[in-house]
Amino acid sequence: MSKNSIKINDFVVRFANVNGTGSASANTMFAKSIFRMGVPMTAKNVFPSNIQGLPTWYEVRVSEKGYLGRSEAVDMVVCLNPQSLKKDIATVKPEGYFVYDSTKLLSKDLLREDINYVGIPMTEICLREYSDPRMRQLFKNMVYIGGLAALLDIDLEVVKSVIADEFKKKPKLVEPNINALQLGVDYVKSNFQYPLNIRMEKRNLVGNKIVIDGNKACGLGAIYAGATVAAWYPLTPSTSLVTAFEKFANQYRVDPETGLKKFAIVQAEDELAAIGMVIGASWNGARAFTSTSGPGISLMSEFLGLAYYAEIPTVLFDIQRTGPSTGMPTRTQQSDILSCAYASHGDTKQVLLIPSTPKECFEMTANAFDLAERLQTPVIVMLDLDLGMNDHLSDPFVWEQNRTYDRGKVLNKEELENSATFGRYLDIDNDGISYRTLPGTSPTKGSYVTRGTSKDEYARYTEESAEYVKGMEKLSRKWETAKTMTPKPEFYQPHNKSKIGIVFFGTTLFSALESMDKLAEKGISVDAMRVKGFPFAKGIEDFIDQHEQVFVIEQNRDAQFRSLLVNELEINPKKLLKVSNYDGMPITADCILTQMLPKINPEGHEIHAHNKSVNYDL
Amino acid sequence: MSYIKPPFRHPDLPTNEVGYSKKDYEGAISTLCAGCGHDSISGAIVQACYEMSIEPHLIAKFSGIGCSSKTPAYFLSNSHGFNSVHGRMPSVTTGANLANRDLIYLGVSGDGDTASIGMGQFVHAIRRNVNMTYIVMNNGCYGLTKGQDSATADFGSLSKGGSTNMFQAIDLVGLSMELGATFVARSFSGDKTQLIPLIKAAMSHQGFAFIDVISPCVTFNNNVGSTKSYDYVRDHVETLSMMDFVPDKTEILVDYAEGDSKSVELHDGSAIQLHKLASGWDPTDRNLSFDRLHQSRDKGEILTGLIYIEPNGSELHSVINTVKKPLNSLSEKDLMPSLATLELINEDHR
Repeated sequence: MSKNSIKINDFVVRFANVNGTGSASANTMFAKSIFRMGVPMTAKNVFPSNIQGLPTWYEVRVSEKGYLGRSEAVDMVVCLNPQSLKKDIATVKPEGYFVYDSTKLLSKDLLREDINYVGIPMTEICLREYSDPRMRQLFKNMVYIGGLAALLDIDLEVVKSVIADEFKKKPKLVEPNINALQLGVDYVKSNFQYPLNIRMEKRNLVGNKIVIDGNKACGLGAIYAGATVAAWYPLTPSTSLVTAFEKFANQYRVDPETGLKKFAIVQAEDELAAIGMVIGASWNGARAFTSTSGPGISLMSEFLGLAYYAEIPTVLFDIQRTGPSTGMPTRTQQSDILSCAYASHGDTKQVLLIPSTPKECFEMTANAFDLAERLQTPVIVMLDLDLGMNDHLSDPFVWEQNRTYDRGKVLNKEELENSATFGRYLDIDNDGISYRTLPGTSPTKGSYVTRGTSKDEYARYTEESAEYVKGMEKLSRKWETAKTMTPKPEFYQPHNKSKIGIVFFGTTLFSALESMDKLAEKGISVDAMRVKGFPFAKGIEDFIDQHEQVFVIEQNRDAQFRSLLVNELEINPKKLLKVSNYDGMPITADCILTQMLPKINPEGHEIHAHNKSVNYDL
Repeated sequence: MSYIKPPFRHPDLPTNEVGYSKKDYEGAISTLCAGCGHDSISGAIVQACYEMSIEPHLIAKFSGIGCSSKTPAYFLSNSHGFNSVHGRMPSVTTGANLANRDLIYLGVSGDGDTASIGMGQFVHAIRRNVNMTYIVMNNGCYGLTKGQDSATADFGSLSKGGSTNMFQAIDLVGLSMELGATFVARSFSGDKTQLIPLIKAAMSHQGFAFIDVISPCVTFNNNVGSTKSYDYVRDHVETLSMMDFVPDKTEILVDYAEGDSKSVELHDGSAIQLHKLASGWDPTDRNLSFDRLHQSRDKGEILTGLIYIEPNGSELHSVINTVKKPLNSLSEKDLMPSLATLELINEDHR
């Protein structure tokens, strides 16, 4: 390879492992080492719906420019899985590197002329060094990490610090892991020219950022938000959200004197029961939530209609995965947009919050509880598998010192007894939000029967059309109020400068921003808007109005978000152009470009020098 | 339409220990068919709560969907109620109970709502030993949709339209005992003498208390040949025991002959005084209760009374070890970790 093609802090490494072999923790340590060298990186775990024995991949993209979307141009594959060897060799880009366990020779038909092979006899080294079969397996992972450190010029002291942190609770394991690491380093140093043309250099580009996954951020957000009841049913990729909540709760919510818990977590018999418990607990004044994915949303839909119609605060996380049906349970997608926005039969609309980063997961979780109680309605926080389960670079979590919980319009005993009349569904403030009471408040006032059947303003069952319509209109007024409370969109330019706009949400953020830079390199300037919630806040319609062509970028086949925009804002569908990826992998900038370029109206844009700053909020 | 009863009360109405008259425990006028067994059960609930001197707002009532599930509007109008969705009363009640362990939870359901669409939630509420009273108003048919057989309709029972039920009945009493319910009873809507103390005992019981109440559907399942008709049930009832509920066990006044009575103390200090016991039977012995239940079934009898009780079971809150204070009363101070903690968590992720 020519010297002038050295790439510093700009490459993709793809690990090909067998699941259940301990590779995940080694690969995470690799990613963490990149981060601690001060260089932005993003890690994607591509795993099977299986516990042991199937192929699993882990991709780390290192990007000095701060591009955190996925890239399909893989500079290096590290392959420890004979099952996927052939396919893995094919994924290396020309001039790239294939690192493999050379204990067994590669057959000739697997040799490509246009890539470089780096064989490290990992199994042989471990057979020689260790006698325990489990150690032989586990340390193989550290041997290749050591090899990579030498090949990619990763600071060994940084890797050692990561190992020390990883085994903080089992300090006896630190030294053996560092020894295994060194075996890999030594082998590379005595057998290859190092470092390679793709390599690391220390930078100071990550500031005070953190690396965490979205599910954990939501679990922590629920702790700070005062959630006390969690009911759930195991479902990938939503499970780790409740697991995180439980772990934090056991740390921060146990009375030190009595050992009693200031939280209740129930693993329900199914998703119907999970949402039923959340609704029961919220109705009774606790902050409660559940976490699920697409199949769970389908099952919960009847209850979501009840919560909408009977006006019960409900917080629900949907960690979207690839549908329909069981689909690809361990792959990502943004394909529950319509089933959540309009969840349940009859005229229903649900409030959605759509974070893009772990920090937003944390904040929007806290806001979801406030919003659900303020609006007395379900609020669905929409993540996807990519955000929920993968580690992301994020700004640190912040919390306002004296933040209090907005419990909404709940009458206490005194307020209730001083009020002239109580009607659960009276719209006294004309904002569509009524006053509610909790059971046990007063012996003589404020009781009512909550129901999913039609009722009058005093919560009495009625089949009078006029009363029914009055109730539905009140819910429409509430929807208008909700529009003033959902998050405003994020714009990525101080003021619009192009006739072309791009609209996106959730994890599409990363590749969308990268695609803007790539378009700019081609002399095409576009304006960008990220939507963060539903109903659509002010500003979203204006942005669409102000552009001639609007590309809606999303991760589902049917352009569901585009349909939602068309439907809710009464936009001419021809104006909204679909850009989508739905193969189960996170969308890439190249994918966006490939779909956009042929459709861009040549007169629609002006050529602008594009600011390549990457200092956007994470 | 729920009709609201006039608020007028006779000033001399007697009051209970906490100062409420029976009127304070009543609800709106029932819209069920005249003679419906469910209305008798509503009446028994009103009487039981009045006699127990529970302040009405300290009870929360729940139901699913169906004729039975309409009844919470017809009793305890000073209690909050939740008429949920079909078959899902147990989960809503479980959630409410998690939020505030201090209230008394009363769920009513029907045989369709429990033994068919709601079977999953019913059995899991038992498994968790949720502290609630669960009454099934069991008429063997779907009343609101005009009389289809339900899963508790007995094999061979004749419907009003003349068809014979060809499927085995699900016996909710046997099932709940099998699942480890800690309080299992069966009664008949026409027998208030038995039903009222059973409801009181169930509401005092710490844990899941199940009462299967045979409650004839006068419109669709009261015909000759039906095994859930008034006549059939009266003819086939086998009363296992007579029972008194004693709010404070020190007040036990009536003495029964030794050998045929038993007192079971409940967690709140109240007691159940059982008498006229069948010889050799003990309601706290699950195996004996099973035997007795099976014998009755074989003989075609409808066994009623308190069938099994385990007064010392651990209800859900004690199993999951929650604080004594209701979770819904905890404030920011109790729940929110400090800013310093958040900074430590951030640091852990660098």
